[in-house]
Amino acid sequence: MIRSAPLALRLSSRRLSSSISSQCSAFNGKGRLQSELCSKALTSLRGPSNRHFSSSTLHDISTVDIDSDSRIYAGDVPLPLTTDCTIFEADDIPTGKYPVFRVMDENGVIRDDAKGPQYIDPELNEEHAVKMFRTMSRLNVMDNIFLNAQRQGRISFYMSSQGEEAVHIGSASALDNKDVIFAQYRETGVLMWRGFTMSQFADQCFSNSGDLGKGRQMPVHYGSRALNFHTISSPLTTQLPQAAGAAYAMKMEAIRNGSNRAAGVTVCYFGDGAASEGDFHAAMNIAATMDAPIIFFCRNNGFAISTPVADQYRGDGIASRAKGYGMASIRVDGNDLFAVNAATARAKELALSENRPVLIETMSYRVGHHSTSDDSTRYRSTEEIKKWDNEDNPIDRFRRFCEAKGWLDEERVQTIRDEEKINVLQALESAEKKGPPALATMFDDVYKEKTPELERQEAKLLEHVAKYPERYTGPGH
Amino acid sequence: MNLFTAINEGMRTAMQTDPTAITFGEDVAFGGVFRCSVGLREEFGADRVFNTPLCEQGIAGFGIGYAAMGGTAIAEIQFADYIFPAFDQLVNEAAKFRYRSGNQWNCGGLTVRTPCGAVGHGGHYHSQSPEAYFTHTPGLKVVMPRGPVDAKGLLLASIRSPDPVIFMEPKVLYRAAVEDVPDEDYEIELGKGEIMRQGTDVTVVGWGGQLRVLEKACDLAEQNGISCELIDLKTLAPWDVEIVTESVMKTGKLVVSHEAPLTGGFAAEISSTIQEECFLSLEAPVQRVCGADTPFPLVFEKYYVPDDLKNFEAIKKVMNY
Repeated sequence: MIRSAPLALRLSSRRLSSSISSQCSAFNGKGRLQSELCSKALTSLRGPSNRHFSSSTLHDISTVDIDSDSRIYAGDVPLPLTTDCTIFEADDIPTGKYPVFRVMDENGVIRDDAKGPQYIDPELNEEHAVKMFRTMSRLNVMDNIFLNAQRQGRISFYMSSQGEEAVHIGSASALDNKDVIFAQYRETGVLMWRGFTMSQFADQCFSNSGDLGKGRQMPVHYGSRALNFHTISSPLTTQLPQAAGAAYAMKMEAIRNGSNRAAGVTVCYFGDGAASEGDFHAAMNIAATMDAPIIFFCRNNGFAISTPVADQYRGDGIASRAKGYGMASIRVDGNDLFAVNAATARAKELALSENRPVLIETMSYRVGHHSTSDDSTRYRSTEEIKKWDNEDNPIDRFRRFCEAKGWLDEERVQTIRDEEKINVLQALESAEKKGPPALATMFDDVYKEKTPELERQEAKLLEHVAKYPERYTGPGH
Repeated sequence: MNLFTAINEGMRTAMQTDPTAITFGEDVAFGGVFRCSVGLREEFGADRVFNTPLCEQGIAGFGIGYAAMGGTAIAEIQFADYIFPAFDQLVNEAAKFRYRSGNQWNCGGLTVRTPCGAVGHGGHYHSQSPEAYFTHTPGLKVVMPRGPVDAKGLLLASIRSPDPVIFMEPKVLYRAAVEDVPDEDYEIELGKGEIMRQGTDVTVVGWGGQLRVLEKACDLAEQNGISCELIDLKTLAPWDVEIVTESVMKTGKLVVSHEAPLTGGFAAEISSTIQEECFLSLEAPVQRVCGADTPFPLVFEKYYVPDDLKNFEAIKKVMNY
């Protein structure tokens, strides 16, 4: 059993100003399982004996033992851990709590007590590892700077991804750009990994003339045809049934080309709150019945704005629901980049080779606020947030792994973060200077061709604006 | 050929000419409860013509996603009364798909077919005409044919339109209306109305199944020496403002009629536009002859609907104003 690293070892190089870390926390401190209760957890995964993880047993336990055979995630419920990357068929989901697949512990150590090492790509080299680290760092740096930009009134709104960086990069790095992405809004790192540039992020958040979305949606509603990433919309869960249809389209295209394997898998991200919407059920059921090659990817981060998962569902999270839909599924430690990567790669292969959906649930913690309109300390303690950020930071977990390999050290980490900071600041500065899209574009793209009524309305508006130029023209419209 | 057969022919033509076209919805595989998809599964296979689970939001969302990947999705919502679980998908998603992405993505390949309107015994939930909910949504096109010839041509135009279309089929006409429908592949342009009957005294505007009622009303008027110009709008979004304004400039009088409730109905939009465009030509207040502002009442259907007599009275009223 490996204990948490001493604090001194833990964060020798703190991430640059995790803006929330000043008010944050993590494990809820209820975690240490008595060894007699947990040591057999793995062997009993498929048996009813798992039911002995009752919350009443755990509430008296005061210290965290994060590398025991079970762990507490969102919802304060201890979940058994496994180093076996099995995607469970609907009929094979273990009784008791759905186990969490994990390869790398909080110290960045690959667990070798079972199958852990086989999920690390033997070809994994320094270049690729550092690229993954750099992208997670870039995301984190961008989040912190954009959050500050919002506070300064330079952008109107922002949503950050703190605490979920490994979910983004771990999954995105198992995919390629032929795979089709439907996202919610907190999957910025996925788009970043695929090649969305810092300028493109900044331009979207500034609603300027460089925004691919032509300034029409609130910040963070990114989208890129070139990167096969469907434009984000605010309504929750609407993307799920759409993704099922997109996956079916990919399958049908393959069939027309005489193949049984789609050119790419469709991956649809959503949160634990979104899974309560009716569209979740609609999508699961239609994807299952239509044998759509899709990964439904739930980021269970513990919160839907302020609502904790305890108020969101009574069942065992999201993955367990796959059974009811006759769908394959796996639950993964979302702060373990390797586990997320391995599970996504396996799910992709299963979906494409057998033309059917897979549900992934990643367990992590939303370290940041829901958005810049939210103050999460009103509904959770700063200690809780801090504890997660300090003790199970996904970037630090991966950094420790790289440090042990000799691929990163404190100096290089600092250099990377400094370089990324400069990139973000440059993009921000440049985005701020670009003007808004031309007013005439406001009436474009409602339909493919502008209707006579839209032309009338446009002419009327332009005439009105010309009459009162002092009121309507000028920077930022 | 009757209307359901014309719809069936339209879908068959669309699927023959477009290998990406699929047809799906509740009970579609065996031919549909109104028989519109009959024989299609046999011809095009179970991958292209299939049942979905009973879930309207799933049907709409699935169609949007299929269309967003460049495919042609012909979705059926079994009754317009049951389209509301899909309202979010249609209004917030389909309608805004192109605009919100800056024209990077679109779901123009989506057509949602749905039977609408009174049928004599449908009550609250098998009678409604919810077109106005959708005409209020920029980004959607809304189409309603009045008979078999139009149904095939408008359906083909809708399926091939680069914008998502809500295609409402007056179910009372499925078997009742019979016309000689051309065998060939043809489209009727969306956004264009048609003068069904030339006249000089009153302009009468309607769409879909209501036109059969309006023809009777116009006949009654003719018998009383009143010459009506009857216009079928065919497409409600975007609607043909020009054809109505030109007619009203000539007649100076307008009656608009639809089955859906009066308040907030599409007749209000037409009435308002016409008073803006034709104010000095109007010789009488525009009359709306519509369903009552009640839920659709089963046993009172004949009182609720804007029948030929109510329209005849409205025509006389504008004549005698």
